[in-house]
Amino acid sequence: RPLIVDQGYNQPVIVDQGYNQPQAFNMDQGYNQLQACSAAVCCAPPISSTHLYRECIVLWRELQRQSPDDVMSPPLQVLYKVYMSFVEVGPENVQTADYFKGVASFLIVSIGGTMVGLIFAALLAFITRFTKKVRIIEPLLVFLMVYLAYLTAELFSLSAILSMTFCGIGCNKYVEANISQKSRTTVKYTMKTLASIAETIIFIFLGISAVDKSKWAWDTGLISCTLIFIFVFRALGVVMQTWVLNWFRLVPLDKIDQVVMSYGGLRGAVAFALVVLLDAERVPAKDYFVATTIIVVFFTVMFQGLTIKPLVNWLKVPRATNRKPTINEEIHERAFDHCLTAVEDIAGLNGYHHWRDKWEQFDKNYLSKLLLRKSVYRKSELWEVYQKINIRDAISVIDQGGNVLTSARLSLPSMASRASFPEVTNVTNYLRENGSGVCLDLQVIDNVPGAKVEEESETHHFLAGNLYKPRRRYQSHYSRHFMTVGDHERQDREIFQRNMKSRMETFKTTRHKRHSHKKDRSQKKRRGSDVKEQDLNDKPRRNVSWQDKDPVVVPVESEDEKGEHLEPEKEEDVGITFVARKVPDTPKERPKSVPAGLEVCQSPSVAPPSPTCSERNLPWKGGIGTLPVCVSMEATKIIPIDLQQAWNQSISSLESLASPPGPVEPLHPRVSALSRLGGQRPVSYSGSGVSGSGFGSRGAGSIVAQGIARFEFPPGGEEKDEEEGALSDQEQELQPLMSSSVRPPGPPPPPPLAQGLGRRRNPCVYLRSLVTAPPPGSEPLARSRGPTQL
Amino acid sequence: MGSTNSTLSKIPNVEELMQETGFTPAHIVRLYDRFEALDKEKTGHLRPQDFGAINRLAMNPIGDRIIGAFFSPGQETVDFHSFVRILAHFRPADKKHPKDPSMPEPVNSRTSKLKFAFQLYDQDKDGKISRAELLQVLRSMLEMQVTEEQLESIADRTIQEADLDKDDAISFEEFRKSLEKVNIDHKMSIRFLR
Repeated sequence: RPLIVDQGYNQPVIVDQGYNQPQAFNMDQGYNQLQACSAAVCCAPPISSTHLYRECIVLWRELQRQSPDDVMSPPLQVLYKVYMSFVEVGPENVQTADYFKGVASFLIVSIGGTMVGLIFAALLAFITRFTKKVRIIEPLLVFLMVYLAYLTAELFSLSAILSMTFCGIGCNKYVEANISQKSRTTVKYTMKTLASIAETIIFIFLGISAVDKSKWAWDTGLISCTLIFIFVFRALGVVMQTWVLNWFRLVPLDKIDQVVMSYGGLRGAVAFALVVLLDAERVPAKDYFVATTIIVVFFTVMFQGLTIKPLVNWLKVPRATNRKPTINEEIHERAFDHCLTAVEDIAGLNGYHHWRDKWEQFDKNYLSKLLLRKSVYRKSELWEVYQKINIRDAISVIDQGGNVLTSARLSLPSMASRASFPEVTNVTNYLRENGSGVCLDLQVIDNVPGAKVEEESETHHFLAGNLYKPRRRYQSHYSRHFMTVGDHERQDREIFQRNMKSRMETFKTTRHKRHSHKKDRSQKKRRGSDVKEQDLNDKPRRNVSWQDKDPVVVPVESEDEKGEHLEPEKEEDVGITFVARKVPDTPKERPKSVPAGLEVCQSPSVAPPSPTCSERNLPWKGGIGTLPVCVSMEATKIIPIDLQQAWNQSISSLESLASPPGPVEPLHPRVSALSRLGGQRPVSYSGSGVSGSGFGSRGAGSIVAQGIARFEFPPGGEEKDEEEGALSDQEQELQPLMSSSVRPPGPPPPPPLAQGLGRRRNPCVYLRSLVTAPPPGSEPLARSRGPTQL
Repeated sequence: MGSTNSTLSKIPNVEELMQETGFTPAHIVRLYDRFEALDKEKTGHLRPQDFGAINRLAMNPIGDRIIGAFFSPGQETVDFHSFVRILAHFRPADKKHPKDPSMPEPVNSRTSKLKFAFQLYDQDKDGKISRAELLQVLRSMLEMQVTEEQLESIADRTIQEADLDKDDAISFEEFRKSLEKVNIDHKMSIRFLR
């Protein structure tokens, strides 16, 4: 009686025996039919049991690695075909020689199918090497080539499934490296979906067949014997084969593993499919077979399938844990591999590592050169792993609402990578593409910032707080005196224009006194809507003056929203997403995020809770002493070189802020400034200078943070681009307040600030520009500044 | 096998060696043959040059370190006993041995394997893998295509992940902890075929 090859899930080929004397039907045609049926029945497809097992057993994982899924099932089907052909020929014609031919054809079909698959794998990998410009067809290409492998094998009557399988296995490494991330995802999910659909359909069909009496015939003996025997012989097969295997294995398979393996033989869709395919003419007993198969499938899938998990738990089999890959493990594992290879060489053994190393050398020197895209070929695998880990961490941090920080220790991305910077639209994308430049400082993310980080975050907090406030402030005014705030920008513009007109007259005189710097023009021009914003901010100033002492209470909460509104308006081509996170109490918790190359202003957290309005509004006042000189140091490290100038501007402005603004009055600076208005020349705010300069935005140069006591009503022209003069004034501010005599000199900003920075990318700067609050007190206002309102 | 016995008798203290390392006589014989093959000048000792004669080792990124590991500090040569002892580190662990607390830790236990690996990194033998040492290993393992900056990032990250007491170096305990999920026995063993 020929043996039937039983595959069982992921097992090396296990030998199972058919039975020979069922009573219920005529056995004349017997053996071959039975064999065919048995072949079908014993074929336990991996598909249905996949999910169940995958989570269970560590050992199985290893086996899977060694004998990949689906590999053994095809030979079984080959066998099925062989038997079917015997059936067709008729039992009387089958001779001994035919059995040998059967075995030979089995081998030919299997190996031939494999070779076809590998050929197509190489072809596919080679083609994907050139698909960089046509990414969209990559998934299609993958599917089609594999299907082509299938068809070709069918053409030659070779094992089509084996060819498909080996095509996939062979090209996996190269295709995965060559195609884009999106294509990878597409292929993966499409295949999963298709597999699910196919499996579902088969099981539906199975269920329907079970109910449809016309399709099967019940025979108790056959069925019960089948059930018993598949179990018994499977266990036998497992034991025999592991005994053989253990001679060669490093870690032998022990009893528990064997038990689980033998229990785990689920038969499912493939068995059913095959049995249904039986030709009823040739195999009159088909109905019995169908019934048997259905029962077997039900039994194994449901009973065995459901109970395997409790069994595994009860036996305390070690489970495969999904562990997060760490770079440590990766490095050390590689080191171990090298180490073992070396030891093998020393000991003169031609062991596993020796051959594996040889294969890897061959692969590296020939195959990869041929099949991998050039850019991919050069990358080292360890680096790839490192990047993946980094990106994964960054993404998970962002997903949880945190912010990605780049530590100061981080090495800047090379210029080449930065060239792609303009396309980056947000942190996530940036990280995806330039993972190399980011090394997450996990400690910082863990909210235990060092002192330096605290200072920086405080600074940012202050800045941001101030930046937002002004807007909010004037908004509150608006709500009182003007229409309700709807579309900020539009409204700002309208009000702005209205105000400017009225102010034009008032300040014409003052404008004479300012130096006009031609270069300011360019600055001004670039400040698009920013200036408008600024002017809007001016408005509140004015309002405030009338109300003298009206403490403008700025609900802190709204700041965040404001902040967020601001940016979108500011952004043009490059949107930088800000992750706003409110930190209730202290600025400490607010992570400062200034990823390399990006200026991401954190949403300002609330200012330290302080009672006075001005303190609230001017948070830096509280901690002025801690204002960073380090800001500039840190900041410069993180900014892309091309933005460096602007950044320096901002920083220098900040630094000027560092000097205590003098006696802090509870008054809103604007108020105080305004109060002085009458008597003196208007103070100029610097601020706009910085931001504007920095980033070419007509932003409120008010890096007001500078707490410049100067306060200046924006000359009418400012907002409008026609006002060159005002621009020049604002230019003044560009010299970050350091120019102000009051301030400690900061690094003089390079004059052609704004020009250098055509990019208006920085909402951060913009925001900064909105910061107000020139501390009262100092005033050498020799010049009137442009409108910087805050 | 007659040859086994005769060869065994040539080796001094072979009983003790087998006891200590757990190799079977067949293994010892095989290793002795190899030792003699490497020892071209028949001095009974191996010198670094003899190791260097193994061509494939030259292609191994950490080949030199491995060779260095064979030589105890200060020694210029390796005799057969040391040779076997080092190689014993890579024997698969014996699950069946009962834990005998009085005996010293077996040479091929998980901890010993880890110690060996640790020594590969820690060249100056101060008990810690410093950043510089790690960088060296990384540099040798990663091919030319990785820039220095990138290497440093990797090194930083590695230390960050593993360093629990924040001393910017990886001690043996931290090393062990970072690898607790890895099946060391599997990764650091080779089968000494008969």
